[in-house]
Amino acid sequence: MSALSSNGAAEHPICLTLNGQPRTLAVHPWTTLLDLLRDQLDLVGTKKGCDHGQCGACTVLRDGKRVNACLTLAIMCDGADLVTIEGLASGDLLHPMQRAFITHDAFQCGYCTPGQICSAVGLVREGRADCREAIREQMSGNLCRCGAYGNIVAAIEEAQPLMAHPDQPQRGAKP
Amino acid sequence: MMPFSYHKPASVSEAVSLAGDSARFIAGGTNLVDLMKENVVRPERLIDISGLALDGLHPTASGGVMIGALVSNADLAWHPMIEQQYPLLSQAILSGASPQLRNMASTGGNLLQRTRCYYFYDTGTPCNKREPGSGCPARSGRNRIHAILGASEACVATHPSDMCVALAALEAVVHVEGPAGKRQIPFADFHRLPENNPERDNQLAADELVTAVELPPPLFEQHYRYLKIRDRASYAFALVSVAAALRLDGDVIQHARLALGGVAHKPWRDPGVESLLVGQVPSEALFDKAAQALLQGAQPLSHNGFKVTLAQRAIVRALTDAAHSAAGGGA
Repeated sequence: MSALSSNGAAEHPICLTLNGQPRTLAVHPWTTLLDLLRDQLDLVGTKKGCDHGQCGACTVLRDGKRVNACLTLAIMCDGADLVTIEGLASGDLLHPMQRAFITHDAFQCGYCTPGQICSAVGLVREGRADCREAIREQMSGNLCRCGAYGNIVAAIEEAQPLMAHPDQPQRGAKP
Repeated sequence: MMPFSYHKPASVSEAVSLAGDSARFIAGGTNLVDLMKENVVRPERLIDISGLALDGLHPTASGGVMIGALVSNADLAWHPMIEQQYPLLSQAILSGASPQLRNMASTGGNLLQRTRCYYFYDTGTPCNKREPGSGCPARSGRNRIHAILGASEACVATHPSDMCVALAALEAVVHVEGPAGKRQIPFADFHRLPENNPERDNQLAADELVTAVELPPPLFEQHYRYLKIRDRASYAFALVSVAAALRLDGDVIQHARLALGGVAHKPWRDPGVESLLVGQVPSEALFDKAAQALLQGAQPLSHNGFKVTLAQRAIVRALTDAAHSAAGGGA
């Protein structure tokens, strides 16, 4: 897309917090958050799957809530606090959900994994998934073509209490 | 996506002053951005209303609830007042879309989402809703997901919302504001049947903005059921859905509401059918009679005849579940 559109719409400045860092950016009105992250900021952990809100591969956390970056206009993120898969770890220490996904081998090709993990973190924060069946239902916005669903649910079950009590020891993979 | 200009008004009056045929309001954007990517909708101006003070939810003087148009679907479904007093609405919302979309999508936007008819989305085919007068390939094409009630020669599309089916059953009122002022539209009149102008989904003028949805005082905290039948267990649009709500006095039905989704251009409801239930004791025979009556006049297409039987059985099951449910149950 050219810098100036046919109707003369210019880039607009936006200020947001991205993975803990304040950023000032210039975006066209029609740039999605997903394209901003991947093409302008080189944060390619967030994946473009369907680009229509049907697969969940682009899931990020906006003000703590999981959303589809592909259906979010970047210009509407002025003032938002955004966390992508790149922002979940604390330095070298992986987020409990990331560690649980490794422990449970909760992926095969890995393409949907960043979206699955961000979605799972949002799910735990929502506090509504109190059983395996509820986790399955509330993860239905994230598709996995490899079919790693069983292990994804197991990883979320393990990480859920650890997000409330992050000091608890976690079995398996080291960061 | 075609280029467009972006505007962020600071008030409802400023928002409606910017509106018009070549403009669109945007809040959650979950449907509109997708339609713009597909070039189905090509606005010259986007009016971002997400900063307006329309995100409140509060009790009304009459004992109901006023829901701001910008309350997200997730916040609405999980609001304690809605969960306790209007659990049918919570159940309907949570059966729709995905958690991500429910976090984004607004109350007003849910009302205004467009049909998911394949031909409407495919700009390579004619569609009377997208381009008036171009024709309707669904009528003789793939029409398994299409309407069985209230359709016209021009259009056989269905309204895709789950939330709206519950709002129809609950007799919500839509509050709108335009340059000429404010008005209130009963939910039954808000969406329209396609007739000869299916490009119009509802009664809203291009420069009118939905500001709130009002619920009357609760009647159905105990006996309710939103039953959704779809092609997979979650995250799919309804083939048929039923919002059933009863208020019982002992064994006798005092109030009854029944609305269908997935079968028409708008949530399908007939107060005359509901009156068949009032004063009666719940029974399968009674519910079957209501189901037959609500489906009377159904005109299935070549691929969706199954919806008639499916809807009849789903109505009986939803009403039976509602009759036997207690507060917090019915799931």
